Amino acid sequence: MTSGRMRQGAILAAIWAALIFAPYWMPLFGGYTALGTRVLAIGLGAMSVNFLLGFTGVLSFGHAAWFGLGAYGAGLCLKWIAASTPLGLLAGTLLGGIAGGLLGALLVRRRGIYFAMVTIAFGQVFYYIAFQWSSLTGGDDGLRGFARQPLHLGFATINILNDATAFYYFALLCFAIVVGIMGFILRSPFGHTMIAIRENERRARFLGIAVELHIWIAFTLSCFFMAFSGALYAMVNNFADPRMLHYSLSGDFVIMAVMGGMRTFWGPLLGAVVFVVLQDYISSITVNWMSFIGLMIVAIVLFFPRGLLGLLRQRKAA
Amino acid sequence: MIDLLLFNATNGLIIGAFYALMAIGLSLILNLSNVINFAHGGFLVIGAYLSYSLTPYLGFWGALIVAPFLTAAIGFLVERLLIRRVYGRDPLYSLLLTFGLAFIIEDGTRQIWGALGKPTSIPAFLSKPLSYQFFFITGYRLFMVAIVVLAIAVLFVLLRYTRAGIRVRAGTLDLETVAALGINIRTLRSLNFAIGIFLAGLAGVLASGQLGLEPTMGDGLLMPSFIAIIVGGVGSLNGTLLGGLMIGVAAGLTAVVFPSASDAIMYVIMAIVLLVRPRGLLGEEGMLT
Repeated sequence: MTSGRMRQGAILAAIWAALIFAPYWMPLFGGYTALGTRVLAIGLGAMSVNFLLGFTGVLSFGHAAWFGLGAYGAGLCLKWIAASTPLGLLAGTLLGGIAGGLLGALLVRRRGIYFAMVTIAFGQVFYYIAFQWSSLTGGDDGLRGFARQPLHLGFATINILNDATAFYYFALLCFAIVVGIMGFILRSPFGHTMIAIRENERRARFLGIAVELHIWIAFTLSCFFMAFSGALYAMVNNFADPRMLHYSLSGDFVIMAVMGGMRTFWGPLLGAVVFVVLQDYISSITVNWMSFIGLMIVAIVLFFPRGLLGLLRQRKAA
Repeated sequence: MIDLLLFNATNGLIIGAFYALMAIGLSLILNLSNVINFAHGGFLVIGAYLSYSLTPYLGFWGALIVAPFLTAAIGFLVERLLIRRVYGRDPLYSLLLTFGLAFIIEDGTRQIWGALGKPTSIPAFLSKPLSYQFFFITGYRLFMVAIVVLAIAVLFVLLRYTRAGIRVRAGTLDLETVAALGINIRTLRSLNFAIGIFLAGLAGVLASGQLGLEPTMGDGLLMPSFIAIIVGGVGSLNGTLLGGLMIGVAAGLTAVVFPSASDAIMYVIMAIVLLVRPRGLLGEEGMLT
């Protein structure tokens, strides 16, 4: 058992080391710091989707809506209300999280494929709103004219606006905090209850667990995490557009979670790294990138449904 | 004002019939195989482009008949090669599989027929308005509705009176028992999938005459079909039909008073239905929920 724990510790240390030193090793492989920040935000999104999918067993195929609402919330706050990065993040998180929580209350009794269908359809509502309400959101062109602001700490000012590396570390700090919260929840009794519901909902119900309430809370938490990652993402490019709310992005998030390994905590981050880098790379060499992504998705479903980390684990067990 | 309302309601009914055609195909596949076919819009596009390519050889009428059958044949192959592998697995995988398939189809269409939209021609006698006095409705729209009604009527008759149709309906309720009675459900599901895709192909051919051809033309039609199914109730084809017509008419009427909300109204209807009657208007309690 101790060797297993040591091994786990070593893996964790390796993950954090890779993330902390990313601005130094990425350029060696042709990466750039902004790409790293983007991967962090997207990866956090994939982990939020997986918080629900992998640990509660509830498939939402409309999570991009909360991601996009987070992005618009942050953008609108920075543009019109207060030019402050933390306030922008807070506004985005609240907007997406509260909207998700309210809609979640409508959905919790649905299950399986029906749940997925309803989440897709409701997710599209926000896509239409962002698309149509152009006086507020900029419509199809997206929301522009806002920028993340330097951080004022009282004793010092950190210029995350112009210094890409500083912003990467700010994003990494945010990432670490949210991931820490996720891990804490999953280790708590509530987290174990989520897993019990995933494994056998009927048995959980017979044990007296309020299944609907737990699913609703897990859904809402996941929406808050998702909105936070969206708010962070909006600040990477200082831009938000309706496609951030579209169900095809929801599908991308689910694919990242599955590709990395949805029964694992870190899998979705790995999936996001692979997906974002691959998409970046393939779309730069061929116009038919959609076919490649499509084929990749089909291949994952048919041949690697456990994902990369799931595959490693299986090999270790064998 | 009455004229305008009536006109928009009729128009909405026409669009609703079209949504219903898409949605019934989706619904057939969902009911029997428990698969949400994300690639349904993609198959619609295939049908539309096939009819475009066939028209020079077969004429308008020939293409109208042949293209949906060819689309159904492609759907049959896709089911045999890919979709059937995810039956019985977590619904997640069928969703992702068809999601990936939609990407491949869209890109493939672009590769074969080009990214730019293509104009389509319809016979002259169909493109004239029927009456200038009351409704400014072209013959083509009426023709669309006639074909949709015919297709849905034929489908309902098949489901009601043929052996395969009765098996499909029985399979919707309890597939395991149907299999236990010695019926080959593998074939049944393939056939059922092909019929669903046939309807998508037909919808594509009809839509191309109205909207023109574009590799992404299926996107805008997928969401209304989802909503039609949810509003009507999962598991009920009558419900899907009703749902499609309802959101079509509602969108048409909303366009009179508040045009920019005509897309949003169907989501409002869906929200109300989910609040008041979560199983959908004609859905059975406990089906897939």
